[in-house]
Amino acid sequence: MAAESTLIERLREQGISRRGFLKFCAAAASMMALPPTMVPAIAAALEKARRPSVIWLSFQECTGCTESLTRSFSPTVENLILNIISLDYHHTLQAAAGEAAEQARKQAMKENFGKYLIVVDGSLPGPDSNPGYSTSAGQSNLSLLEETLEGAAAVVAIGNCAAFGGLPKASPNPTGAVAVQDVVKDKPLINIPGCPPVPMVITGVLVQYLTFGKLPKLDEYRRPMAFFGQAIHDRCYRRPFYDKGLFAESFDDEGARKGWCLYRLGCKGPMTYNACATMHWNGGTSWPIGAGHPCLGCSEPDFWDAGGFYKAVSVPTGDTRETLLGAGIAGAVAGGAAAALARKKAKDGRAARVPVEIEELEQKL
Amino acid sequence: MSDPMEFLLWVKGPMFELALTIFGIGLAARIVEIFLLGRKPNYAKPRRGELAPGFRTLISRTVADPGTFARAPFDVVVGLVWHLGFLIALLLFIPHIELINSLLGLAWPGLPNPLVDAVTAVTILSLIAVLIHRITHPVKKYISTFEDYLIWVATFLPLITGYLAYHRLINPYPLILGLHILCVEIFLILLPFTKLTHIFTAFIARWYTGATFGRKGVVS
Repeated sequence: MAAESTLIERLREQGISRRGFLKFCAAAASMMALPPTMVPAIAAALEKARRPSVIWLSFQECTGCTESLTRSFSPTVENLILNIISLDYHHTLQAAAGEAAEQARKQAMKENFGKYLIVVDGSLPGPDSNPGYSTSAGQSNLSLLEETLEGAAAVVAIGNCAAFGGLPKASPNPTGAVAVQDVVKDKPLINIPGCPPVPMVITGVLVQYLTFGKLPKLDEYRRPMAFFGQAIHDRCYRRPFYDKGLFAESFDDEGARKGWCLYRLGCKGPMTYNACATMHWNGGTSWPIGAGHPCLGCSEPDFWDAGGFYKAVSVPTGDTRETLLGAGIAGAVAGGAAAALARKKAKDGRAARVPVEIEELEQKL
Repeated sequence: MSDPMEFLLWVKGPMFELALTIFGIGLAARIVEIFLLGRKPNYAKPRRGELAPGFRTLISRTVADPGTFARAPFDVVVGLVWHLGFLIALLLFIPHIELINSLLGLAWPGLPNPLVDAVTAVTILSLIAVLIHRITHPVKKYISTFEDYLIWVATFLPLITGYLAYHRLINPYPLILGLHILCVEIFLILLPFTKLTHIFTAFIARWYTGATFGRKGVVS
Protein backbone atom coordinates (compact mmCIF):
# COMPACT_ATOMS: atom_id res chain seq x y z
CA MET A 1 0.00 0.00 0.00
CA ALA A 2 3.04 2.22 0.16
CA ALA A 3 2.60 4.96 -2.39
CA GLU A 4 6.14 6.32 -2.14
CA SER A 5 8.04 4.30 -4.77
CA THR A 6 7.59 5.33 -8.39
CA LEU A 7 6.21 3.15 -11.10
CA ILE A 8 9.54 2.59 -12.84
CA GLU A 9 11.14 1.50 -9.58
CA ARG A 10 8.39 -1.01 -9.00
CA LEU A 11 8.70 -2.26 -12.57
CA ARG A 12 12.46 -2.78 -12.19
CA GLU A 13 11.82 -4.68 -8.97
CA GLN A 14 9.53 -6.96 -10.96
CA GLY A 15 12.14 -7.52 -13.65
CA ILE A 16 10.63 -5.38 -16.41
CA SER A 17 13.41 -3.96 -18.59
CA ARG A 18 13.48 -0.37 -19.77
CA ARG A 19 13.11 -1.70 -23.31
CA GLY A 20 9.93 -3.57 -22.33
CA PHE A 21 8.65 -0.47 -20.56
CA LEU A 22 9.28 1.76 -23.59
CA LYS A 23 7.58 -0.80 -25.85
CA PHE A 24 4.55 -0.58 -23.61
CA CYS A 25 4.66 3.24 -23.74
CA ALA A 26 4.79 3.09 -27.56
CA ALA A 27 1.83 0.70 -27.62
CA ALA A 28 -0.07 2.97 -25.25
CA ALA A 29 0.67 5.98 -27.47
CA SER A 30 -0.58 4.20 -30.55
CA MET A 31 -3.70 2.97 -28.71
CA MET A 32 -4.51 6.50 -27.70
CA ALA A 33 -3.89 7.70 -31.26
CA LEU A 34 -1.03 9.92 -30.09
CA PRO A 35 1.98 10.71 -32.31
CA PRO A 36 5.22 8.74 -31.69
CA THR A 37 6.80 11.92 -30.39
CA MET A 38 4.61 11.53 -27.32
CA VAL A 39 6.26 8.22 -26.31
CA PRO A 40 9.06 9.86 -24.28
CA ALA A 41 6.48 12.08 -22.57
CA ILE A 42 4.42 9.05 -21.58
CA ALA A 43 7.53 7.25 -20.36
CA ALA A 44 8.62 10.29 -18.35
CA ALA A 45 5.21 10.75 -16.82
CA LEU A 46 4.89 7.08 -15.92
CA GLU A 47 8.40 6.94 -14.48
CA LYS A 48 7.60 9.76 -12.15
CA ALA A 49 4.08 8.63 -11.36
CA ARG A 50 3.35 7.84 -7.76
CA ARG A 51 1.06 4.93 -7.31
CA PRO A 52 -2.40 6.39 -7.27
CA SER A 53 -4.77 4.92 -4.75
CA VAL A 54 -7.63 3.07 -6.40
CA ILE A 55 -10.79 2.03 -4.60
CA TRP A 56 -12.63 -0.59 -6.61
CA LEU A 57 -16.32 -0.89 -5.74
CA SER A 58 -18.16 -4.00 -6.87
CA PHE A 59 -21.93 -3.66 -6.95
CA GLN A 60 -24.49 -5.66 -8.95
CA GLU A 61 -21.93 -7.41 -11.15
CA CYS A 62 -20.65 -10.85 -12.09
CA THR A 63 -16.91 -10.20 -11.58
CA GLY A 64 -16.46 -10.76 -15.32
CA CYS A 65 -14.81 -7.36 -15.65
CA THR A 66 -12.26 -8.25 -13.00
CA GLU A 67 -11.75 -11.65 -14.64
CA SER A 68 -11.13 -9.91 -17.94
CA LEU A 69 -8.62 -7.56 -16.41
CA THR A 70 -6.67 -9.93 -14.19
CA ARG A 71 -6.66 -13.28 -15.93
CA SER A 72 -6.58 -12.86 -19.66
CA PHE A 73 -3.51 -10.67 -19.72
CA SER A 74 -1.39 -12.20 -17.05
CA PRO A 75 1.55 -11.91 -16.96
CA THR A 76 1.99 -9.03 -19.39
CA VAL A 77 3.36 -5.62 -18.59
CA GLU A 78 -0.14 -4.18 -18.74
CA ASN A 79 -1.21 -6.39 -15.89
CA LEU A 80 1.80 -5.34 -13.84
CA ILE A 81 0.99 -1.70 -14.42
CA LEU A 82 -2.32 -2.35 -12.85
CA ASN A 83 -0.77 -4.28 -9.97
CA ILE A 84 1.42 -1.32 -9.46
CA ILE A 85 -1.33 1.15 -8.86
CA SER A 86 -2.24 1.01 -5.24
CA LEU A 87 -5.39 -1.07 -5.36
CA ASP A 88 -6.50 -0.42 -1.83
CA TYR A 89 -9.96 -1.98 -1.89
CA HIS A 90 -11.28 -4.70 -4.16
CA HIS A 91 -13.65 -7.42 -2.92
CA THR A 92 -12.23 -10.14 -5.14
CA LEU A 93 -8.55 -9.29 -5.12
CA GLN A 94 -7.85 -8.00 -1.65
CA ALA A 95 -6.51 -10.33 1.03
CA ALA A 96 -8.32 -8.59 3.84
CA ALA A 97 -11.90 -9.49 4.66
CA GLY A 98 -14.73 -8.18 6.82
CA GLU A 99 -13.97 -5.26 9.11
CA ALA A 100 -10.32 -5.17 8.00
CA ALA A 101 -11.34 -4.71 4.38
CA GLU A 102 -13.65 -1.83 5.18
CA GLN A 103 -10.93 -0.37 7.36
CA ALA A 104 -8.53 -0.48 4.40
CA ARG A 105 -10.99 1.49 2.29
CA LYS A 106 -11.53 4.11 4.98
CA GLN A 107 -7.81 4.46 5.55
CA ALA A 108 -7.11 4.88 1.82
CA MET A 109 -9.86 7.49 1.61
CA LYS A 110 -8.43 9.41 4.52
CA GLU A 111 -4.79 9.28 3.38
CA ASN A 112 -5.54 10.15 -0.26
CA PHE A 113 -8.49 12.47 0.23
CA GLY A 114 -9.19 14.36 -2.99
CA LYS A 115 -6.71 12.25 -4.98
CA TYR A 116 -7.93 8.66 -5.17
CA LEU A 117 -9.66 7.07 -8.11
CA ILE A 118 -12.89 5.12 -7.74
CA VAL A 119 -13.41 2.24 -10.12
CA VAL A 120 -16.92 0.82 -10.13
CA ASP A 121 -18.08 -2.37 -11.70
CA GLY A 122 -21.74 -3.29 -11.53
CA SER A 123 -24.91 -1.26 -11.42
CA LEU A 124 -26.59 -0.28 -8.19
CA PRO A 125 -30.19 -0.21 -6.95
CA GLY A 126 -31.40 3.33 -7.56
CA PRO A 127 -32.48 5.84 -4.91
CA ASP A 128 -36.13 4.80 -5.31
CA SER A 129 -35.64 1.06 -4.97
CA ASN A 130 -35.09 -1.24 -2.02
CA PRO A 131 -31.45 -0.71 -0.90
CA GLY A 132 -31.41 -4.27 0.41
CA TYR A 133 -31.08 -5.71 -3.09
CA SER A 134 -27.33 -5.22 -2.95
CA THR A 135 -25.21 -4.45 0.10
CA SER A 136 -21.71 -5.00 1.37
CA ALA A 137 -20.81 -4.93 5.05
CA GLY A 138 -24.43 -4.05 5.69
CA GLN A 139 -24.17 -0.86 3.68
CA SER A 140 -26.23 -0.27 0.56
CA ASN A 141 -24.38 0.24 -2.74
CA LEU A 142 -25.79 3.74 -3.09
CA SER A 143 -24.68 4.88 0.35
CA LEU A 144 -21.23 3.26 -0.12
CA LEU A 145 -20.75 5.05 -3.44
CA GLU A 146 -21.92 8.40 -2.09
CA GLU A 147 -19.63 8.07 0.94
CA THR A 148 -16.61 7.13 -1.19
CA LEU A 149 -17.33 9.81 -3.78
CA GLU A 150 -16.67 12.62 -1.38
CA GLY A 151 -12.87 12.57 -1.61
CA ALA A 152 -12.51 11.05 -5.06
CA ALA A 153 -10.55 12.72 -7.86
CA ALA A 154 -12.47 10.87 -10.55
CA VAL A 155 -14.68 7.87 -11.15
CA VAL A 156 -14.17 5.15 -13.73
CA ALA A 157 -17.25 3.01 -14.47
CA ILE A 158 -16.03 -0.32 -15.81
CA GLY A 159 -18.30 -2.66 -17.70
CA ASN A 160 -21.74 -2.19 -19.21
CA CYS A 161 -23.50 -2.56 -15.81
CA ALA A 162 -21.58 0.31 -14.23
CA ALA A 163 -21.63 2.47 -17.37
CA PHE A 164 -25.23 1.91 -18.52
CA GLY A 165 -26.97 -0.41 -16.05
CA GLY A 166 -26.25 -3.56 -18.06
CA LEU A 167 -27.91 -6.87 -17.27
CA PRO A 168 -29.44 -5.83 -13.90
CA LYS A 169 -31.18 -2.91 -15.65
CA ALA A 170 -32.48 -5.09 -18.51
CA SER A 171 -36.25 -5.36 -18.69
CA PRO A 172 -38.03 -5.74 -16.30
CA ASN A 173 -35.23 -4.33 -14.09
CA PRO A 174 -36.36 -6.03 -10.86
CA THR A 175 -33.89 -4.21 -8.61
CA GLY A 176 -34.50 -0.73 -10.05
CA ALA A 177 -30.87 -0.73 -11.18
CA VAL A 178 -29.23 2.51 -12.33
CA ALA A 179 -25.85 3.28 -13.87
CA VAL A 180 -23.04 5.05 -12.04
CA GLN A 181 -23.57 8.15 -14.20
CA ASP A 182 -27.12 8.40 -12.82
CA VAL A 183 -25.62 8.93 -9.34
CA VAL A 184 -22.28 10.68 -10.00
CA LYS A 185 -23.09 14.22 -11.05
CA ASP A 186 -20.30 16.44 -9.73
CA LYS A 187 -17.13 14.35 -10.26
CA PRO A 188 -15.22 13.62 -13.45
CA LEU A 189 -16.53 10.31 -14.82
CA ILE A 190 -15.25 7.94 -17.50
CA ASN A 191 -17.32 5.05 -18.79
CA ILE A 192 -15.46 1.99 -20.04
CA PRO A 193 -18.38 -0.19 -21.14
CA GLY A 194 -18.19 -3.72 -22.44
CA CYS A 195 -19.31 -7.07 -21.16
CA PRO A 196 -16.51 -7.21 -20.17
CA PRO A 197 -14.37 -4.34 -21.53
CA VAL A 198 -11.16 -5.10 -23.42
CA PRO A 199 -8.45 -5.34 -20.69
CA MET A 200 -6.05 -3.11 -22.64
CA VAL A 201 -8.72 -0.42 -22.71
CA ILE A 202 -8.95 -0.41 -18.92
CA THR A 203 -5.17 -0.21 -18.51
CA GLY A 204 -4.91 2.25 -21.42
CA VAL A 205 -7.31 4.69 -19.80
CA LEU A 206 -5.47 4.47 -16.48
CA VAL A 207 -2.13 5.09 -18.26
CA GLN A 208 -3.58 8.09 -20.01
CA TYR A 209 -4.83 9.45 -16.69
CA LEU A 210 -1.40 8.89 -15.08
CA THR A 211 0.38 10.52 -18.03
CA PHE A 212 -1.66 13.65 -18.46
CA GLY A 213 -3.24 13.93 -15.04
CA LYS A 214 -6.61 14.61 -16.65
CA LEU A 215 -9.45 12.71 -18.22
CA PRO A 216 -9.14 11.62 -21.84
CA LYS A 217 -11.37 13.03 -24.58
CA LEU A 218 -14.79 11.46 -24.17
CA ASP A 219 -17.72 10.83 -26.52
CA GLU A 220 -21.43 11.49 -25.85
CA TYR A 221 -21.59 8.43 -23.61
CA ARG A 222 -18.49 9.56 -21.69
CA ARG A 223 -16.43 6.79 -23.32
CA PRO A 224 -12.76 7.54 -24.17
CA MET A 225 -12.65 8.49 -27.86
CA ALA A 226 -9.29 6.76 -28.29
CA PHE A 227 -10.93 3.38 -27.77
CA PHE A 228 -14.61 4.00 -28.51
CA GLY A 229 -14.22 6.49 -31.36
CA GLN A 230 -14.96 4.06 -34.17
CA ALA A 231 -17.67 1.53 -34.87
CA ILE A 232 -16.76 -2.15 -34.92
CA HIS A 233 -18.32 -2.25 -38.39
CA ASP A 234 -15.96 0.40 -39.76
CA ARG A 235 -12.86 -1.46 -38.58
CA CYS A 236 -14.09 -5.01 -39.13
CA TYR A 237 -11.94 -7.24 -41.34
CA ARG A 238 -15.20 -8.73 -42.72
CA ARG A 239 -16.40 -5.29 -43.87
CA PRO A 240 -15.46 -5.83 -47.55
CA PHE A 241 -17.93 -8.74 -47.61
CA TYR A 242 -20.68 -6.47 -46.25
CA ASP A 243 -19.97 -3.90 -48.93
CA LYS A 244 -20.03 -6.57 -51.61
CA GLY A 245 -23.23 -8.11 -50.25
CA LEU A 246 -21.70 -11.45 -49.26
CA PHE A 247 -23.28 -12.80 -46.06
CA ALA A 248 -23.30 -15.88 -43.89
CA GLU A 249 -26.95 -16.94 -43.71
CA SER A 250 -26.44 -19.52 -40.97
CA PHE A 251 -23.60 -20.56 -38.69
CA ASP A 252 -22.58 -23.51 -40.81
CA ASP A 253 -23.20 -22.51 -44.41
CA GLU A 254 -20.66 -21.76 -47.10
CA GLY A 255 -20.62 -18.05 -46.23
CA ALA A 256 -19.83 -18.80 -42.58
CA ARG A 257 -16.97 -21.09 -43.62
CA LYS A 258 -15.61 -18.47 -46.00
CA GLY A 259 -15.70 -15.82 -43.29
CA TRP A 260 -18.33 -13.60 -44.89
CA CYS A 261 -20.16 -10.79 -43.10
CA LEU A 262 -22.35 -11.73 -40.10
CA TYR A 263 -24.87 -8.85 -40.53
CA ARG A 264 -27.78 -11.18 -41.32
CA LEU A 265 -26.99 -13.33 -38.29
CA GLY A 266 -27.60 -10.30 -36.08
CA CYS A 267 -24.17 -8.64 -35.86
CA LYS A 268 -24.48 -5.34 -33.96
CA GLY A 269 -21.13 -4.10 -35.29
CA PRO A 270 -22.73 -1.23 -37.24
CA MET A 271 -24.04 0.39 -34.04
CA THR A 272 -21.32 -0.65 -31.60
CA TYR A 273 -18.37 1.53 -30.71
CA ASN A 274 -15.51 -0.43 -29.20
CA ALA A 275 -11.88 -1.39 -29.77
CA CYS A 276 -12.35 -5.17 -30.25
CA ALA A 277 -11.85 -5.05 -34.02
CA THR A 278 -8.42 -3.46 -33.69
CA MET A 279 -7.10 -4.64 -30.31
CA HIS A 280 -8.64 -8.12 -30.16
CA TRP A 281 -8.84 -10.25 -27.02
CA ASN A 282 -6.59 -12.66 -25.13
CA GLY A 283 -3.42 -10.79 -25.93
CA GLY A 284 -4.47 -10.08 -29.50
CA THR A 285 -5.39 -13.70 -30.29
CA SER A 286 -8.89 -13.23 -31.64
CA TRP A 287 -12.25 -11.61 -31.02
CA PRO A 288 -15.92 -12.61 -31.27
CA ILE A 289 -16.37 -11.78 -34.97
CA GLY A 290 -13.02 -13.41 -35.70
CA ALA A 291 -14.37 -16.54 -34.04
CA GLY A 292 -17.46 -16.46 -36.29
CA HIS A 293 -19.99 -14.99 -33.87
CA PRO A 294 -21.88 -11.72 -34.44
CA CYS A 295 -21.05 -8.76 -32.21
CA LEU A 296 -23.63 -8.45 -29.41
CA GLY A 297 -23.10 -4.71 -29.00
CA CYS A 298 -21.99 -5.07 -25.36
CA SER A 299 -20.45 -1.60 -25.14
CA GLU A 300 -23.75 0.12 -25.99
CA PRO A 301 -26.60 1.10 -23.62
CA ASP A 302 -29.48 -1.36 -23.21
CA PHE A 303 -27.86 -3.99 -25.42
CA TRP A 304 -29.77 -6.77 -23.65
CA ASP A 305 -33.07 -5.26 -24.70
CA ALA A 306 -32.11 -4.25 -28.24
CA GLY A 307 -34.37 -6.76 -29.95
CA GLY A 308 -32.44 -10.04 -29.98
CA PHE A 309 -28.83 -10.99 -30.51
CA TYR A 310 -29.55 -12.91 -33.72
CA LYS A 311 -31.81 -10.37 -35.44
CA ALA A 312 -30.20 -7.99 -37.96
CA VAL A 313 -29.74 -4.40 -36.77
CA SER A 314 -32.35 -3.07 -39.21
CA VAL A 315 -35.06 -5.54 -38.20
CA PRO A 316 -37.79 -4.06 -35.96
CA THR A 317 -38.08 -5.46 -32.47
CA GLY A 318 -41.80 -6.32 -32.46
CA ASP A 319 -43.99 -8.87 -34.20
CA THR A 320 -44.31 -6.68 -37.27
CA ARG A 321 -45.43 -9.33 -39.73
CA GLU A 322 -48.57 -10.01 -37.70
CA THR A 323 -49.17 -6.29 -37.21
CA LEU A 324 -49.00 -5.65 -40.95
CA LEU A 325 -51.25 -8.62 -41.75
CA GLY A 326 -53.79 -7.58 -39.12
CA ALA A 327 -53.75 -3.97 -40.28
CA GLY A 328 -54.11 -5.07 -43.91
CA ILE A 329 -57.13 -7.21 -43.11
CA ALA A 330 -58.73 -4.48 -41.01
CA GLY A 331 -58.06 -1.98 -43.79
CA ALA A 332 -59.51 -4.27 -46.45
CA VAL A 333 -62.68 -4.69 -44.39
CA ALA A 334 -62.90 -0.92 -43.90
CA GLY A 335 -62.31 -0.34 -47.62
CA GLY A 336 -64.94 -2.96 -48.49
CA ALA A 337 -67.42 -1.33 -46.14
CA ALA A 338 -66.72 2.11 -47.59
CA ALA A 339 -67.19 0.79 -51.13
CA ALA A 340 -70.42 -1.01 -50.17
CA LEU A 341 -71.69 2.18 -48.53
CA ALA A 342 -70.86 4.24 -51.60
CA ARG A 343 -72.57 1.71 -53.88
CA LYS A 344 -75.64 1.63 -51.65
CA LYS A 345 -75.80 5.41 -51.66
CA ALA A 346 -75.63 5.44 -55.44
CA LYS A 347 -78.24 2.67 -55.69
CA ASP A 348 -80.60 4.41 -53.25
CA GLY A 349 -80.08 7.60 -55.20
CA ARG A 350 -81.07 5.86 -58.41
CA ALA A 351 -84.11 4.21 -56.76
CA ALA A 352 -85.29 7.45 -55.25
CA ARG A 353 -84.80 9.37 -58.47
CA VAL A 354 -87.95 11.20 -59.55
CA PRO A 355 -87.83 12.24 -63.20
CA VAL A 356 -88.68 15.85 -63.70
CA GLU A 357 -90.66 16.84 -66.74
CA ILE A 358 -90.01 20.08 -68.57
CA GLU A 359 -93.63 21.11 -67.99
CA GLU A 360 -93.17 20.80 -64.22
CA LEU A 361 -90.12 22.98 -64.29
CA GLU A 362 -91.81 25.59 -66.41
CA GLN A 363 -94.75 25.65 -64.00
CA LYS A 364 -92.32 26.32 -61.12
CA LEU A 365 -90.85 29.31 -62.91
CA MET B 1 -27.71 9.43 -20.74
CA SER B 2 -28.97 6.26 -22.34
CA ASP B 3 -31.86 8.24 -23.86
CA PRO B 4 -30.79 7.98 -27.55
CA MET B 5 -30.82 4.19 -27.22
CA GLU B 6 -34.25 4.26 -25.57
CA PHE B 7 -35.43 6.47 -28.43
CA LEU B 8 -34.04 4.02 -30.99
CA LEU B 9 -35.72 1.06 -29.28
CA TRP B 10 -38.98 3.01 -29.19
CA VAL B 11 -38.92 3.80 -32.91
CA LYS B 12 -37.88 0.22 -33.71
CA GLY B 13 -40.58 -1.20 -31.45
CA PRO B 14 -43.91 0.40 -30.49
CA MET B 15 -43.66 3.38 -32.85
CA PHE B 16 -42.90 1.13 -35.82
CA GLU B 17 -45.92 -1.04 -34.95
CA LEU B 18 -48.12 2.06 -34.78
CA ALA B 19 -46.87 3.43 -38.09
CA LEU B 20 -47.26 0.04 -39.74
CA THR B 21 -50.82 -0.28 -38.41
CA ILE B 22 -51.87 3.13 -39.74
CA PHE B 23 -50.13 2.44 -43.05
CA GLY B 24 -51.65 -1.04 -43.38
CA ILE B 25 -55.20 0.00 -42.55
CA GLY B 26 -55.04 3.17 -44.66
CA LEU B 27 -53.48 1.64 -47.74
CA ALA B 28 -55.57 -1.56 -47.77
CA ALA B 29 -58.75 0.49 -47.27
CA ARG B 30 -57.95 2.78 -50.16
CA ILE B 31 -56.83 0.09 -52.62
CA VAL B 32 -59.72 -2.26 -51.80
CA GLU B 33 -62.20 0.59 -52.13
CA ILE B 34 -60.76 1.58 -55.49
CA PHE B 35 -61.03 -1.97 -56.84
CA LEU B 36 -64.46 -2.68 -55.37
CA LEU B 37 -65.96 0.52 -56.72
CA GLY B 38 -64.52 -0.44 -60.10
CA ARG B 39 -65.59 1.49 -63.14
CA LYS B 40 -68.87 2.29 -64.74
CA PRO B 41 -70.10 -0.60 -66.85
CA ASN B 42 -69.37 0.15 -70.51
CA TYR B 43 -71.99 -1.40 -72.74
CA ALA B 44 -70.32 -0.45 -76.03
CA LYS B 45 -68.83 -3.29 -78.04
CA PRO B 46 -65.04 -3.34 -77.34
CA ARG B 47 -62.92 -2.79 -80.43
CA ARG B 48 -59.88 -4.58 -78.99
CA GLY B 49 -58.78 -6.35 -75.82
CA GLU B 50 -57.88 -4.49 -72.62
CA LEU B 51 -55.06 -6.54 -71.14
CA ALA B 52 -52.20 -5.98 -73.60
CA PRO B 53 -52.87 -2.26 -74.21
CA GLY B 54 -53.06 -1.84 -70.43
CA PHE B 55 -49.56 -3.21 -69.95
CA ARG B 56 -48.25 -1.35 -73.00
CA THR B 57 -49.39 1.92 -71.45
CA LEU B 58 -47.57 1.05 -68.23
CA ILE B 59 -44.39 1.47 -70.27
CA SER B 60 -45.42 4.20 -72.71
CA ARG B 61 -46.62 6.48 -69.89
CA THR B 62 -43.50 5.82 -67.84
CA VAL B 63 -41.09 6.75 -70.62
CA ALA B 64 -41.72 10.36 -71.57
CA ASP B 65 -42.59 10.97 -75.22
CA PRO B 66 -40.34 13.33 -77.23
CA GLY B 67 -42.87 16.16 -77.07
CA THR B 68 -42.97 16.11 -73.27
CA PHE B 69 -39.20 15.93 -73.12
CA ALA B 70 -38.84 18.93 -75.43
CA ARG B 71 -41.26 20.97 -73.32
CA ALA B 72 -39.95 20.02 -69.88
CA PRO B 73 -36.54 18.33 -70.05
CA PHE B 74 -35.75 19.18 -66.41
CA ASP B 75 -38.90 17.51 -65.08
CA VAL B 76 -38.35 14.40 -67.19
CA VAL B 77 -34.65 13.88 -66.45
CA VAL B 78 -34.46 14.97 -62.81
CA GLY B 79 -37.84 13.40 -62.04
CA LEU B 80 -36.71 10.07 -63.42
CA VAL B 81 -33.29 10.28 -61.72
CA TRP B 82 -34.60 10.90 -58.23
CA HIS B 83 -37.46 8.40 -58.52
CA LEU B 84 -35.03 5.67 -59.61
CA GLY B 85 -32.50 6.76 -56.99
CA PHE B 86 -35.14 6.63 -54.28
CA LEU B 87 -36.18 3.12 -55.33
CA ILE B 88 -32.56 1.93 -55.45
CA ALA B 89 -31.80 3.33 -51.98
CA LEU B 90 -35.05 1.89 -50.62
CA LEU B 91 -35.02 -1.54 -52.22
CA LEU B 92 -31.39 -2.42 -52.90
CA PHE B 93 -29.64 -1.32 -49.67
CA ILE B 94 -28.86 -4.49 -47.74
CA PRO B 95 -30.22 -3.43 -44.30
CA HIS B 96 -33.48 -2.42 -46.00
CA ILE B 97 -33.74 -5.83 -47.69
CA GLU B 98 -33.30 -7.44 -44.26
CA LEU B 99 -36.16 -5.32 -42.91
CA ILE B 100 -38.45 -6.21 -45.84
CA ASN B 101 -37.51 -9.87 -45.44
CA SER B 102 -38.51 -9.79 -41.78
CA LEU B 103 -41.81 -8.14 -42.72
CA LEU B 104 -42.85 -9.96 -45.88
CA GLY B 105 -40.54 -12.97 -46.07
CA LEU B 106 -39.24 -11.73 -49.43
CA ALA B 107 -35.57 -11.12 -50.13
CA TRP B 108 -33.41 -10.32 -53.13
CA PRO B 109 -29.74 -9.48 -53.72
CA GLY B 110 -28.66 -5.96 -52.81
CA LEU B 111 -26.19 -3.57 -54.38
CA PRO B 112 -22.71 -2.84 -52.98
CA ASN B 113 -22.93 -0.07 -50.36
CA PRO B 114 -20.63 2.45 -52.07
CA LEU B 115 -22.94 2.31 -55.09
CA VAL B 116 -26.10 2.83 -53.01
CA ASP B 117 -24.28 5.65 -51.22
CA ALA B 118 -23.46 7.42 -54.49
CA VAL B 119 -27.01 6.95 -55.77
CA THR B 120 -28.39 8.38 -52.50
CA ALA B 121 -26.18 11.45 -52.82
CA VAL B 122 -27.41 12.04 -56.38
CA THR B 123 -31.02 11.53 -55.23
CA ILE B 124 -30.66 14.05 -52.42
CA LEU B 125 -29.19 16.64 -54.78
CA SER B 126 -31.93 15.96 -57.35
CA LEU B 127 -34.63 16.43 -54.73
CA ILE B 128 -33.12 19.76 -53.72
CA ALA B 129 -33.03 20.78 -57.40
CA VAL B 130 -36.66 19.73 -57.76
CA LEU B 131 -37.66 21.92 -54.80
CA ILE B 132 -35.74 24.92 -56.12
CA HIS B 133 -37.38 24.44 -59.50
CA ARG B 134 -40.79 24.25 -57.86
CA ILE B 135 -40.39 27.52 -55.97
CA THR B 136 -38.74 29.43 -58.81
CA HIS B 137 -40.89 28.28 -61.74
CA PRO B 138 -43.91 30.64 -61.75
CA VAL B 139 -46.46 28.07 -62.98
CA LYS B 140 -45.24 25.31 -60.70
CA LYS B 141 -45.19 27.69 -57.77
CA TYR B 142 -48.74 28.79 -58.51
CA ILE B 143 -50.18 25.28 -58.69
CA SER B 144 -48.24 23.93 -55.67
CA THR B 145 -50.26 23.29 -52.53
CA PHE B 146 -49.28 22.73 -48.92
CA GLU B 147 -49.52 19.00 -49.54
CA ASP B 148 -46.90 19.18 -52.30
CA TYR B 149 -44.38 20.72 -49.92
CA LEU B 150 -45.40 18.34 -47.13
CA ILE B 151 -44.68 15.25 -49.21
CA TRP B 152 -41.41 16.75 -50.45
CA VAL B 153 -40.31 17.04 -46.82
CA ALA B 154 -41.62 13.55 -46.02
CA THR B 155 -39.61 12.14 -48.95
CA PHE B 156 -36.47 14.16 -48.32
CA LEU B 157 -36.12 13.47 -44.59
CA PRO B 158 -35.68 9.67 -44.79
CA LEU B 159 -33.01 10.16 -47.47
CA ILE B 160 -31.00 12.82 -45.68
CA THR B 161 -31.21 11.13 -42.26
CA GLY B 162 -30.28 7.80 -43.85
CA TYR B 163 -27.27 9.42 -45.48
CA LEU B 164 -26.21 11.06 -42.21
CA ALA B 165 -26.62 7.76 -40.35
CA TYR B 166 -24.67 5.77 -42.93
CA HIS B 167 -21.77 8.21 -42.75
CA ARG B 168 -22.07 8.55 -38.94
CA LEU B 169 -22.19 12.33 -39.21
CA ILE B 170 -24.33 12.78 -36.09
CA ASN B 171 -23.46 11.28 -32.72
CA PRO B 172 -24.40 9.20 -30.90
CA TYR B 173 -25.27 6.77 -33.64
CA PRO B 174 -28.54 5.47 -32.07
CA LEU B 175 -29.89 9.04 -32.23
CA ILE B 176 -29.44 9.48 -35.98
CA LEU B 177 -30.50 5.91 -36.76
CA GLY B 178 -33.59 6.46 -34.61
CA LEU B 179 -34.33 9.75 -36.40
CA HIS B 180 -33.99 7.99 -39.77
CA ILE B 181 -36.46 5.30 -38.72
CA LEU B 182 -38.84 7.93 -37.28
CA CYS B 183 -38.78 9.87 -40.57
CA VAL B 184 -39.62 6.68 -42.45
CA GLU B 185 -42.50 6.08 -40.03
CA ILE B 186 -43.84 9.58 -40.74
CA PHE B 187 -43.57 8.75 -44.45
CA LEU B 188 -45.49 5.50 -43.90
CA ILE B 189 -48.22 7.24 -41.89
CA LEU B 190 -48.67 9.98 -44.51
CA LEU B 191 -48.52 7.59 -47.46
CA PRO B 192 -52.12 6.33 -47.62
CA PHE B 193 -53.64 9.78 -47.05
CA THR B 194 -51.62 11.98 -49.41
CA LYS B 195 -50.35 12.01 -52.97
CA LEU B 196 -47.75 9.51 -51.81
CA THR B 197 -50.41 6.84 -52.42
CA HIS B 198 -49.32 7.07 -56.07
CA ILE B 199 -46.49 4.68 -55.14
CA PHE B 200 -49.16 1.99 -55.18
CA THR B 201 -51.86 3.47 -57.42
CA ALA B 202 -49.85 5.06 -60.26
CA PHE B 203 -49.35 1.82 -62.16
CA ILE B 204 -52.91 0.65 -61.50
CA ALA B 205 -54.17 3.94 -62.95
CA ARG B 206 -51.83 3.63 -65.93
CA TRP B 207 -53.11 0.13 -66.62
CA TYR B 208 -56.71 1.36 -66.48
CA THR B 209 -55.89 4.17 -68.90
CA GLY B 210 -54.30 1.73 -71.34
CA ALA B 211 -57.21 -0.68 -70.98
CA THR B 212 -59.62 2.12 -71.87
CA PHE B 213 -57.49 2.99 -74.90
CA GLY B 214 -57.56 -0.67 -75.90
CA ARG B 215 -61.33 -0.88 -75.64
CA LYS B 216 -61.70 2.20 -77.77
CA GLY B 217 -59.15 0.94 -80.28
CA VAL B 218 -56.81 3.94 -79.99
CA VAL B 219 -53.03 3.96 -79.57
CA SER B 220 -52.03 2.86 -76.07
